[in-house]
Amino acid sequence: MRNTKVVSLEEAIRRSGLQDGMTISFHHHFRGGDKVVNLVVAKLAEMGFKDLHLAASSLSDVHAPLIGHIKAGVITRISTSGLRGELAEEISHGLMEHPVVFRSHGGRGSAIASGELHIDVAFLGASSCDPLGNASGCPRSDSAKSICGSLGYALPDARYADHVVVLTDDLVDYPNVPKSISACDVESVVVVDSVGDSSKISSGAIRDSKNPRDILLAQQAARVIINSGYFKDGFSIQTGTGGASLAAVKYIRESMLERGIKASFALGGITAHMVKLHEEGLIGRLVDVQSFDKVAAESLAHDQFHQEVSAVEYASADHSGSAVHALDIVILSALEVDTDFNVNVLVGSDGIIRGAIGGHPDTAEDSALSIIVVPLLRGRIPCVVPKVTTLVTPGAGVDVVVTEYGIAVNPRRPEIAERLATAGLKILDIKELSDKARSIIGKPDPLPSGEKVVGIVMDRHGRVLDEIHEVK
Amino acid sequence: MMFVPGNNPGMMADAHIYGPDSIMLDLEDSVTMAEKDAARLLVYHALKSIDYGDTEMVVRINPLSTPYGRKDVEAVVKAGVDVIRMPKTETAGEVRELEAEILKVEQEIGAVGRTQIMAAIESALGIVNAYEIAKASDRMMGIALGAEDYSANLKTQRTPGGAELLLARETIVVAARAAGIACFDTVYSNLDDMETFRKEVELIKTLGFDGKSIINPRQIEVVNEVFAPSQKDIEKALRIIAAIKEAQQRGSGVISVNGKMVDRPVVIRAERTIALAVASGIIAKEDVL
Amino acid sequence: MEIKNAVAGTLESGDILIQIAPGDGLQIDLQSSVAAQFGHQIRKVITETLSGLGIEDAWVKATDKGALDCTIRARVTAAAVRATGKDVWKD
Repeated sequence: MRNTKVVSLEEAIRRSGLQDGMTISFHHHFRGGDKVVNLVVAKLAEMGFKDLHLAASSLSDVHAPLIGHIKAGVITRISTSGLRGELAEEISHGLMEHPVVFRSHGGRGSAIASGELHIDVAFLGASSCDPLGNASGCPRSDSAKSICGSLGYALPDARYADHVVVLTDDLVDYPNVPKSISACDVESVVVVDSVGDSSKISSGAIRDSKNPRDILLAQQAARVIINSGYFKDGFSIQTGTGGASLAAVKYIRESMLERGIKASFALGGITAHMVKLHEEGLIGRLVDVQSFDKVAAESLAHDQFHQEVSAVEYASADHSGSAVHALDIVILSALEVDTDFNVNVLVGSDGIIRGAIGGHPDTAEDSALSIIVVPLLRGRIPCVVPKVTTLVTPGAGVDVVVTEYGIAVNPRRPEIAERLATAGLKILDIKELSDKARSIIGKPDPLPSGEKVVGIVMDRHGRVLDEIHEVK
Repeated sequence: MMFVPGNNPGMMADAHIYGPDSIMLDLEDSVTMAEKDAARLLVYHALKSIDYGDTEMVVRINPLSTPYGRKDVEAVVKAGVDVIRMPKTETAGEVRELEAEILKVEQEIGAVGRTQIMAAIESALGIVNAYEIAKASDRMMGIALGAEDYSANLKTQRTPGGAELLLARETIVVAARAAGIACFDTVYSNLDDMETFRKEVELIKTLGFDGKSIINPRQIEVVNEVFAPSQKDIEKALRIIAAIKEAQQRGSGVISVNGKMVDRPVVIRAERTIALAVASGIIAKEDVL
Repeated sequence: MEIKNAVAGTLESGDILIQIAPGDGLQIDLQSSVAAQFGHQIRKVITETLSGLGIEDAWVKATDKGALDCTIRARVTAAAVRATGKDVWKD
């Protein structure tokens, strides 16, 4: 077999026809352990490229080296789901001339599929790949160095980009099956020392939170779910990775066992907790766009009922067949919720970008019941506020807000409020929660924000939802 | 009753959200000597500023025999505390001494009679004097067992079964009942052993205690579950309470439910069942009246 | 009023560490993650608490970890009492 596709990174870039001003893309399945973005952008800088648009599914703390490349003019535009750490701080203070474009995971998938976000060259890390380009996030040989499980966010890039380069740290014999990325979509394969540090996918080992506030929030969230009217045999659920969200799964499990209720599927980012329930027979299928820890990634590799989905199949608003349309219940976190139930998961109340949109607006809008679990206060920072710093998820899609001081139900869902009240849960007006926060911490001064727009939040239908201004 | 260290503002700010019936801010054992002054100020300002809602606020002061005790009394009475918990109480005389201190401060601020006393009994001498302590003052609202000091004083140590505490526990319940006040059991400190904790709560409920002291919000659920009356008991109690009201409206002293006359002890037990159901969060306070 | 160097508070979440030293006029050096939104309020509480104790001249370093106003008041008072030997409960 002539392995003409397997080349050096430099050769792959040359073959791709990449030119100044074009769009390059990346996935974030290695989260905090990603090595691909920094490696590729450093090579592009070395080769003299300028004015590139970096379209990643998300960026995090490890991508601080991009600051230098932005200052040098290598990267001039960014599209992403989120930003964190030093890069986020610099951008919040006006590092870039063009505002960063933020999209949800479903929104990004749709934008790529529709051509609104056109990708010239995709650089996609994979834990295994054969010489023809069949790639997977699962290890396939004894020499495997990494594992990330689902490649869901990379699949739209692989399918729609003009040119696809797979980077792998384990080149295996053909055929690398089952594959996530098809060889037919791949132009070059580059072998590198490491595509990512799998141990940094989840921020620390998953364990039950002992933080009493998380436990309280989790118990309340579980009581909301159990009494919502949607907790019945065959229900479907998605949860986040926060301490409260994970602890809620524990209480829901107890109730499922007690009442003999089973879930049809769990969706989204899959954790070890969900894998455990699946293996106990309490959840029929796992529909995995992103494996949040090693246990989930290994389960995806070995369990036929644990299936990968692309970002489009997961949460596209344009595709009526996307999984969120079949989702009953979602538990979500927030940085801020306001009295119109709008949610911000992207920008801190100090105006600094410190989060990611993720699938938040996608799942909130299309699920039957969306529950935001949020502490009323984080230290002196209020989380239930009169108006969110940045609008990410419109309140129309948010049904219940759970705080440690009480539960608020969107007035659009009076039937849920009634069911919860009948079950003995204390329901408050969301304004009472906002007032309570204010009575404890006082009234914050307005943010010292400037005129310059440093970020644009797109909604999942491709419209501008909000602007993020620089912080002085 | 949840113990919260008096020098930890983070924990003091939201201890009430976990729904304990009362919170005990501690100025004694959890605060080092060098921080006694700062903790006292912290507790004072917390009591003045933080809205703890319906939660009963208790402060454990340092013994009056230390250089801190009197200042603690002055600070917390001025801050409007509900109950002062007196540690290591051994005699009725000590209670009367505290009562005099409280009265002095209350007179100064014009709020005589506002502050109640709970005495913690933590020694063999205290157990011997339990009944005298329990009725030493009109301000006495309850007595409590402090088992760590008590078992050390007995020259033994705490065991999972609690055999070493049996006499002390029974004495405290009997003394409290004889004096017509409440009684509270000691803390259980191993947070990772909820099973033994549950057994201990079941035991002290059987012995007759009104409540359990806890050191972490995670223990609240177990206490509420154990102390919660059954749905059947609650319904029966509600019927009895309704019958009392009905009898009052008729102007009759005879209370009957389902044609059977209701004795005074049954009424008392019904009232206690309702109070427990409210405290355990099973029924709302508004539903009773 | 004579002021010695004194410290009160901790760097735990929800607390504030207050260091007081002699100074000319009142100087407050504030470090806080919520300085943008609550800096004014924190400075106001520190100033009011000190002036309530008759202290107008001091250098104050405040390292805030999200403390509520009542905590700031308590910590500033404790540091001031330690710096001056004043008995706040009597005076």
